[in-house]
Amino acid sequence: MAEFETPEEILHAAERARAEGYRRMDGYSPFPVEGLAEAVGFGKTKLSWIVICGGLTGACGGFFLQWWPNVIGYPLNIGGKPYNSWPSFIPITFELTILFSALSAVFGMIALNGLPQPYHPVFNAPNFDLASRDRFFLCIEARDPKFNLQATKDFLASLEPVDVTEVDN
Amino acid sequence: MDPVETDNRAAVVEIEEVLAPGHTYRSVSDRVSDMVLTWPVGYRWAAGLALALGLLFTLHIALAWVFTIGVGVWGINIPVGWGFAITNFVWWIGIGHAGTLISAFLLLMRQKWRTSINRFAEAMTIFAVACAGLFPLAHMGRPWVFWWILPYPDTMGLWPQFRSPLVWDVFAVSTYLTVSLLFWYVGLLPDLGTLRDRAKKRITKIIYGIVSLGWRGSAEHWSRYEMCSLLLAGLATPLVVSVHTVVSFDFTIALIPGWHSTIFPPYFVAGAIYSGFAMVLTLAIPLRKYYHLEDFVTMKHLDFMAKLMLATGLVVTYSYLMETFMAFYSGNPFDRYMMLNRMTGPYAKVFWTLIFCNLVGPQVLWLSKIRRSPWALFAVSLVVQTGMWLERFVIIITGLHRDFLPSSWGMFYPTRWDYMTFLGTLGLFFTLFYLFIRFLPMIAIHELRDLVHKTNEESAAVAH
Repeated sequence: MAEFETPEEILHAAERARAEGYRRMDGYSPFPVEGLAEAVGFGKTKLSWIVICGGLTGACGGFFLQWWPNVIGYPLNIGGKPYNSWPSFIPITFELTILFSALSAVFGMIALNGLPQPYHPVFNAPNFDLASRDRFFLCIEARDPKFNLQATKDFLASLEPVDVTEVDN
Repeated sequence: MDPVETDNRAAVVEIEEVLAPGHTYRSVSDRVSDMVLTWPVGYRWAAGLALALGLLFTLHIALAWVFTIGVGVWGINIPVGWGFAITNFVWWIGIGHAGTLISAFLLLMRQKWRTSINRFAEAMTIFAVACAGLFPLAHMGRPWVFWWILPYPDTMGLWPQFRSPLVWDVFAVSTYLTVSLLFWYVGLLPDLGTLRDRAKKRITKIIYGIVSLGWRGSAEHWSRYEMCSLLLAGLATPLVVSVHTVVSFDFTIALIPGWHSTIFPPYFVAGAIYSGFAMVLTLAIPLRKYYHLEDFVTMKHLDFMAKLMLATGLVVTYSYLMETFMAFYSGNPFDRYMMLNRMTGPYAKVFWTLIFCNLVGPQVLWLSKIRRSPWALFAVSLVVQTGMWLERFVIIITGLHRDFLPSSWGMFYPTRWDYMTFLGTLGLFFTLFYLFIRFLPMIAIHELRDLVHKTNEESAAVAH
């Protein structure tokens, strides 16, 4: 775990680490740093697909909720007007589309992030509480194939961080 | 260049700031989280909360009375079947819309000035919608069967009337409350992590730790988080427009003159944003003063909000003029009478006060001197909110009290229970708001850090 003071430093460090061949790493920052996610090896998120599916569920569900009672379940003959009065079904369909999309966006994001996860080994790193304040941390995991305690420590030190520490599980 | 020009340039540059210079990631984080974690409670906050709780208690009494005796304790009658309850409902929902606009729409437009105000503006939305939601429940003749408006399979095979705007309202307002709550909570997650990390007492750490879901600021998480925020913003923006449109449909679906008008959806949405920004100003200006937030909520913010208020005020003015013009131009005697009755009938004083509050009063915002003066803005914001409440009152009461058949005409006089219920919801709103500013960061800390970062980048770019 290397501690840095600016977003530029951690981005540069992450890119160097990636060039060095490290793959299992993560960056921790108090606000999103552009480019850091790619530098630590994270690709595109599947969240958009989850949201679209949620939205479609809302749309179809919402329309069906109105269509079935009015056409099949308990149709009411009001002056011979059509049972499938779809224009009047639009507002509720629209609202439920938005609702389901929003629910899938939020719960999708939380679930994909693996949250809630009150405990994670990185919380044991000294000064890690600064990750939510003003410091940036780059962590190279022991699961990485290139990981070697001393070599990795030396490599991280070469990136000129404020501090290099070991984190226990 | 001559000194005068340089001075003007410096003044212009100063007003361009959305964040006072000299802040670092640590200073903004500490400043905002200190307000929650380390600052003492203060007698002003306690006094404010006590007043709000007093009004909340009034609400309890008023609602208990209405539920026990019935809606006859209000001034409603035939022909005026809707009185304060629906006025208040539309007023509160309208106020909520500005918060979502600031959070969602300004995010999509990449406006930096949203950062310092979006957290408490979104909180304002949630509390406003909570207050609004009480009224459809309270105003029912048979509130004990309120669940009949929800679609569930029952033994008689009955369903709600999906073709009615009243049912559309249920879905729209529920969706709006849920989405606003989600958007607000998502925005809070990283800040709850900050509070957890800075908390000194164990119990505080545990509570914030639970609600922050273990947020650790991982780059991977931030990437999904940003996508989620963007998507929510994209969803919330059309939602805002649709919710108040559906609310306006509650009126347009009726036949009576003054209600059955296609101008209502855009007119109501513009009016909602108008009163919403007024409420944001009403909240931002005292917060800024008493919590010394001038570094974050700068004159630029107040200036922008004032300009938006003026702009929406002009849209509302245009709507009134069009409504009046079309009423007379249409040749329809009922529409013409409706307009004349508003201007010269029994509620004329209310109508002209409304015109002053909404059309005339805010014209002072053209003057930059007024826009730069927080207390003038505060006064204007209160005037606008009063005006918008009166607008809903005028639409509902004058529309209902005299429609097609003169023998059906009547008058509406509010009772003390009407006033108590309304003031009570102000109590609910401010109680929730006082609790919010005590226990949660009122400015989005992680967005402030991002703003510091972007400001540093910009000045570095300018320096080169």
